[in-house]
Amino acid sequence: MRWVLGIAAIAVSIVIFIVPFIFIVLQAMKTRQEASELAFSWPRQLAFVENLIEVITQRDYIVARAFLNSTILTVASVTLLVVIAAMVGYVMQRRASKIRTVANFFVLAGLIIPPAVVPTVWVLQSLGLFGTLPGLILIEITFGLAFSILLFRAFVSTIPRSLDEAAIIDGASPFRLFFAVIMPLMKPTVVTVIVVQSVQIFNDFANPLYFLPGDDNATVQLTLYNFQSQSNNQWNLLFMDILLITIPPLVMYIFFNRQIVAGMTSGAVKG
Amino acid sequence: MTAATTEVRAGRSRKARTSGVSRHAYPLWFYLPAAVLFLVFFAIPTFASFYFSLTRWTLFDQEFIGFENYVQFFREPQLYQGFINTLIYGFLTSGLKVVIGLALAVLLTSALVGRHFLRSVIFFPVLVSTIGVGIMFKALLDPFDGMVNGALETLGITGPGWLTDPDLALYSIIGIDVWKGLGIACLIYIAGLVAIPTEYYEAARVDGASKWAAFKSITLPLVKPATGTVIILSLIGGLRSFDLIWATTGGGPGFSSDVIGSVIYKQYQAGFYGLSTAGNVVLFVVVTVIMVPISLMLNKREVEQ
Repeated sequence: MRWVLGIAAIAVSIVIFIVPFIFIVLQAMKTRQEASELAFSWPRQLAFVENLIEVITQRDYIVARAFLNSTILTVASVTLLVVIAAMVGYVMQRRASKIRTVANFFVLAGLIIPPAVVPTVWVLQSLGLFGTLPGLILIEITFGLAFSILLFRAFVSTIPRSLDEAAIIDGASPFRLFFAVIMPLMKPTVVTVIVVQSVQIFNDFANPLYFLPGDDNATVQLTLYNFQSQSNNQWNLLFMDILLITIPPLVMYIFFNRQIVAGMTSGAVKG
Repeated sequence: MTAATTEVRAGRSRKARTSGVSRHAYPLWFYLPAAVLFLVFFAIPTFASFYFSLTRWTLFDQEFIGFENYVQFFREPQLYQGFINTLIYGFLTSGLKVVIGLALAVLLTSALVGRHFLRSVIFFPVLVSTIGVGIMFKALLDPFDGMVNGALETLGITGPGWLTDPDLALYSIIGIDVWKGLGIACLIYIAGLVAIPTEYYEAARVDGASKWAAFKSITLPLVKPATGTVIILSLIGGLRSFDLIWATTGGGPGFSSDVIGSVIYKQYQAGFYGLSTAGNVVLFVVVTVIMVPISLMLNKREVEQ
């Protein structure tokens, strides 16, 4: 019974979850003409390398530039996000004050309330940051704050206060206490936030669409989308593009699989 | 009375002591970077949206027109349909993720053969970008060449135009959304299920309870916190959804799969910034009115436990 159910489940999951991805890979290996048939079949003529080169070099290396932009966007946003959210989560958990009540309210608001897009465009424009990568980085940090603060706060509650006291008695400044004692202890949550937010920001479409228009600064998701609307019949290149931009999140997942699960669950279920 | 005052005094002195330590150790300026970002890029735009939604606005120039944008939003059928679709989308995706996510999590925490493999497989779509998933399903659900209808054809069924039939498009996208987001719901449920002590089930079995009875009176009540998390996450995501719809149908055919998110973008693209912002305020109200009571209710239950 155990075996029958297990094998049935595996078979169903392969059809529902694996076959679509095999389909992507197969299409990415085909010539343009053959890919347009959308058949689930082994390519008659392998064109994997040709497709790869064509996707990257097309339109003046726009995909390569987009990869660079997306990498800068992701690394910068996530780095700053981790530090800023960890600081808030830490003080929020450790120190009761009126500010904490206000901060609590804003964290919940940040989780629930949909951002007002056009007024945000207006704010970015008045700061001269509209359509720039730094502008989008600040936006991504802001929108990631609420969730990250929650995770950090939940984790700080598991670090004993006696540790802080020992460090203070040893003469550590608040700054050192946080960065040299607490931050290293928070590594599990830091990793979780890094992985979850990197995948999120790297895969983000709506924010770059609104706040980073134009080809110069396009992110990978924007180029993929624009590519789709421009060339409806080049399924081989489209799927090669999807394949290419799924690699970074996939690598993240393979390396940090266990940690994501542990961190997500401790934050999401108990927090 | 005296007991009460001593208690108050004790509380006061304890509070005084900790805040003495915290003032040195936990500086409030740690809030500052987050506060500035939040204020500039979230709070100000949100407050400004209430004003701008009452104007005819071109980013350079604005003219106050009162509630005209809102009147237009609810009077024009295609805009109003986006409102209704948003509710259908939010509640249906959320409900399906709860039911299927829990069922799968129960299956995957049992002694099933290959459960580790299954867990990774279900989580895999979470990693692919929504745009990528959208394009992929556009190919798979193609009414003529698509694999799904090809498979149905071998069974002798003529498949519908999943994304091209106005009556069906929204529900097809809901299906894709569930396919993509199931991994997270399942993961949260697995964490909740693993935390339930196995003794409870053993005791139930000794008492002669059926598997269904054990599920109903042990599992269901004890995974409530996980259910709360799944509902909140998927409702917020579902009500705000935009990119999957934009990648698959662009709100079409006609306006049949438009949601508030896509209406906001269309109006923005067309240069109707005031109307677009009014859409945002409508979304804000919808999400708040639905989410605040739900999160209060779920939090209360957790405390009672």
